[in-house]
Amino acid sequence: MDLSIFLEILSSTIRMSVPLILACLAGLWSERSGIVDIGLEGKMLAGAFAAAAAASYFQNAWMGLLFAMLVAVAMSLVHGYASITQRGNQVVSGVAINMLAAGLTVVIGNSWYKQGGRTPALDELTRFTPLDFPGRESLFAIPVFGPVSKILLDHSILTYVAFAMVPLSAWALAKTRFGLRLRAVGENPHAVDTAGISVSRLRYQAVIIAGILCGIAGAYLSTSLSASFVRDMTAGRGYLALTALIFANWRAWPSLYACLLFGFLQAIANFMQGVKLFGFEIPVQIFNSLPYVMTVILLAGFIGKSIPPRASGIPYTKDR
Amino acid sequence: MSQRGELPTWVDVGLIPLLNLAIALFISGLVVVIIGENPLQALGIMLHGAVGSLKGWSYMFYYATNFIFTGLAVAVAFHAGLFNIGGDGQAYVAGLGAAIPGLLLGGALSSVLPGSISQPVTLLAALAGSIAIGAFYGWVPGYLQAKRGSHIVITTIMFNFIASSLMIYLINNVFRPVGKMAVESRAIDDAYILNFRELGRLVGMKLPSSPLNPVVLLAMLAAFLVWYLLWRTKLGFELRAVGANSDAAVYAGISPSRIIMIAMALSGGLAGLVAFNEILGVQHRLLLDFVGGAGFVGIAVALMGRSHPLGIVLSALLFGLLYQGGTELSFAIQTISRDMIVVIQGLVILFMGALEDAFRPSLSALFFKVED
Amino acid sequence: MSVAVIFQATSFSVWVLTLAGITDNFWFALTRMISATPAIELIGIDKRFGAVHANNNVSLSIAKASIHGIIGENGAGKSTLMSILFGFYAADKGEIKVQGKPVRIKSSTDAIHLGIGMVHQHFMLVDPFTVLENVVLGSEGGALIGPALAKARAELKHLADEYELDVDPDAIVGELPVGLQQRVEILKALYKGADILILDEPTGVLTPDEADHLFRILRQLRDQGKTVILITHKLREIMAITDRVSVMRRGEMVATKETARTSVEELAELMVGRRVLLHVEKSAARPGEVVLDVRNVLWRDRKGTPRVDGVSLQVRKGEIVGIAGVSGNGQSELLDVITGIAKANSGQVIFKGEDITTLHDPAILRQRGMAHVPEDRQHRGLITSFSAAESAILGWQNNPKLGRSFHLNRAAVLSQCQKQMEEFDVRPANPLLKSSKFSGGNQQKLILAREIGSNPDLLIVGQPTRGVDIGAIEFIHKRLIQLRDEGKAILLVSVELDEIRSLSDRILVMFSGRIMGELEATADERECGLLMAGIAREAA
Repeated sequence: MDLSIFLEILSSTIRMSVPLILACLAGLWSERSGIVDIGLEGKMLAGAFAAAAAASYFQNAWMGLLFAMLVAVAMSLVHGYASITQRGNQVVSGVAINMLAAGLTVVIGNSWYKQGGRTPALDELTRFTPLDFPGRESLFAIPVFGPVSKILLDHSILTYVAFAMVPLSAWALAKTRFGLRLRAVGENPHAVDTAGISVSRLRYQAVIIAGILCGIAGAYLSTSLSASFVRDMTAGRGYLALTALIFANWRAWPSLYACLLFGFLQAIANFMQGVKLFGFEIPVQIFNSLPYVMTVILLAGFIGKSIPPRASGIPYTKDR
Repeated sequence: MSQRGELPTWVDVGLIPLLNLAIALFISGLVVVIIGENPLQALGIMLHGAVGSLKGWSYMFYYATNFIFTGLAVAVAFHAGLFNIGGDGQAYVAGLGAAIPGLLLGGALSSVLPGSISQPVTLLAALAGSIAIGAFYGWVPGYLQAKRGSHIVITTIMFNFIASSLMIYLINNVFRPVGKMAVESRAIDDAYILNFRELGRLVGMKLPSSPLNPVVLLAMLAAFLVWYLLWRTKLGFELRAVGANSDAAVYAGISPSRIIMIAMALSGGLAGLVAFNEILGVQHRLLLDFVGGAGFVGIAVALMGRSHPLGIVLSALLFGLLYQGGTELSFAIQTISRDMIVVIQGLVILFMGALEDAFRPSLSALFFKVED
Repeated sequence: MSVAVIFQATSFSVWVLTLAGITDNFWFALTRMISATPAIELIGIDKRFGAVHANNNVSLSIAKASIHGIIGENGAGKSTLMSILFGFYAADKGEIKVQGKPVRIKSSTDAIHLGIGMVHQHFMLVDPFTVLENVVLGSEGGALIGPALAKARAELKHLADEYELDVDPDAIVGELPVGLQQRVEILKALYKGADILILDEPTGVLTPDEADHLFRILRQLRDQGKTVILITHKLREIMAITDRVSVMRRGEMVATKETARTSVEELAELMVGRRVLLHVEKSAARPGEVVLDVRNVLWRDRKGTPRVDGVSLQVRKGEIVGIAGVSGNGQSELLDVITGIAKANSGQVIFKGEDITTLHDPAILRQRGMAHVPEDRQHRGLITSFSAAESAILGWQNNPKLGRSFHLNRAAVLSQCQKQMEEFDVRPANPLLKSSKFSGGNQQKLILAREIGSNPDLLIVGQPTRGVDIGAIEFIHKRLIQLRDEGKAILLVSVELDEIRSLSDRILVMFSGRIMGELEATADERECGLLMAGIAREAA
């Protein structure tokens, strides 16, 4: 394994982490408000489809992004209606959202494009390509420093949006009125209600934010990481993001680290296929399953402890 | 929860599920309209595809077999107050229990014993293996919830992914014969379950080709046994008591953590039977993704069937119809993909599971107005 | 001459003050006289929850700058009344005036704007938040919380100096002891500009020292012109710090008194009421050997507070021992320890000569002959979604009579239930009907039938007639006496003093986790009341 592969892995880590970070933050916003979100996968998937379809229809990547967010927010609102207004089972609603997205994207995609659920390939102009900045090629051409800087600089705008969302979310949760109330409602909605603040309104706002972030994550998958939508293109990333969220104990900065770690594992898994290390072939599946195994161990309290927001998953009713 | 009193049982177990199904189908119909096809025509094709021929019926029952197992798995956990999303993973891992006896024992036994003895022994071992491994894979999350406080939903999700990685590795690296391209085990040809077409041929009957095999009878038996367990045994009573009111259960001297572990083991064991059906009854080999999402269909089936075995058999047949009809539909109308069924499934889960009370107040108002 | 006039004038003013019920605090009297408009007036408040008439035409006037106590037993309607005042529930009927103006309080926001603050019995705090964050929640002022936190920090310092309300503003609330958490609740209300402060059972979770401190704070608040409403069922507190006290009983406002002109005895009587004495025919008890022997049992809750604090008692064959007390004084926890649902931290429980302290298994105790009618019928005694027949075997499901080994014989279950229904006159006598569809009295008879039907040596009964109609009460009482006469031991817990007095052969009064004293069955009601209020007999 030479240095170039190592740099490739690092660069790939960043690419793999982006959708995880966005979805993980989506889960963070939703769950910190007390709404459990198993439907990250579905919202991301629907967003990915909407982005690819709209980008190809309007021949504009930004329109793709807009539609991705709209569609994902719409699904968030369905989840919100079920779990906030109707006080339904949030897990069941999330499972339903995931199935709806898995089914609808293929059914609609197949009927529109007749390619087994695939959307038309987007060209360089209608997708989010790595940022072009003056002196880009000459920078990357510098020995040693060039390839290293490429790890950080050879990405599309959405990557930087995703990374910017981490401090933004951390700041908003910690320092703003909205963040304070949102954190409060996830811990003790009764306290929020008696303080004269609407519990439902706060929770709807939270799920809408989750929708927007999932939409961006979806758009990244279909219009930046790839150039079209294919069926089930999220491939469990929503669940992996949920796992990262648990691993990060429902906090913004640790979410970033968890997502980078999980992204790194994904990147390694991709590069390790068939690579021998010290004469042994390490099964890729170890890297794939490691996040889940670690989280199960963490949840069982064998290493540290991960504690969800106290009111998460419990529909709010006035009487206690 | 309704303030005006409870709705009669027939509304609760009959009308509300049908209403929710009707709405799910209506919305699916809208999707069909949006993609520019005629929903009534589509419905006609689906119905014809499923119940218009003996072959259609056979396929419908074949699909239903798996759905009965997973539906029962979800329902048993439901009755204990647990939501087991891990049916897929439990069934997948149970594939080991189904395949290993067939691969190892079948050959070994048939060399020393006559087929009439070695085959049933192998099949029984595979049956026990499927149940045991599925049960173990369900019991672990149950144990983690009961003793370590990890949430069953999260743990079973994790276990689905772990199962997937594990099975990919094992099938690829352990079961795949050297030099074979397809990622699957060698065929299990010493002992497997003959399907109805093959059985029919033995007695001179000509039946359409379908994967339907006698395991469907095992599914019916399982439904009966689950019913018997839940409503005719002391354990079933305790299990339902924990699910309905764990405080009352503690008062009654029932240990909720013991029940949680038992319920999850039972649930996993039932899901494991999917492996028995698929590997020994249909595929005759261990292969990737043989569960095909049946664990998730089980959630819809259990919700639709109100977690009652009879309801589960009926709704499993309904989903069998949708799967078979949906396949025919996607052949007949190219623009409607078979994934339409997944949409319907999602809608059923949404309406039956998360929005089930949405119609209750208005139904309740309507009903009591009529009564007053 | 002039000296005499002055003397006369002084004595006159003292007389006026005495009339107003104030003798100790002149400044208080002065503010009282200046502000004639009551801080709060409730007129004809009415509220029903289904069949329960929680507030029945309640009227109440609360003077400004006073501490007004509202006393009554659990379920008397105090909390409902205050929840209406704080906008948590809407009254079905009635009018509310705040500072003389008619108002409509539709939400807690409205109440906060009117200067009403509430310290709930269960604190409305966000545990992982700091004190400051909790205080500013809901009144942050702007989109960023930085300025609000700074402002609150200054304000908190000011409040701390003024009212002895010291709390570290940066402490995590969940890590504070309950006494300090309560201070945070008070600070929250004051920070939001409350002039009227409602405290719902504030001392329930406090140690005596903490309670004293709280009272000092409340007095200072009053002296600064704040109005304090104190809801409690503890007579001692009322006497210690209130200026006036209103007594509620069964949803009605029974009386309002100047604290200085009433007595613990009078309040106890008003609280409990002179009810129609239930007459139960019974002969003298013939107690036999000891069946249950509880020795110095201690049980602590999760926070480490002792809920059962060194209780010792004995129950013999052929007698009913009644435990009287206002609910929430450790009776429920004591029953849990005896019946094996909870495990004592120390002490011993001996049942039929065997130490069962560490057994911790209700199922085995049942087999050995201990039956238990739980206090909470709906949540423990039966499973509302189960059929009557199924609820009727709850706890006894492993009885071999109901089926061999694992099998549960449905016919046996149904016929047993049918028989019990007939014997205990449960209506409708339909074993297949859902448990939730029976009335309270019939549910209770079903449970009693189940527990008595097992022919136990000891019957533990909690609140046997709570929410039960008169006819069923009589029936249940008769059955308990009958069981006693058959030579069974019965331990009865009830908050209904009449019930305790008419059924028991011996009465133990429980207060704050302890047994305050033992009384004869013929004991005076007032004497019971005093013990229930935590006031030990002078002789003791």
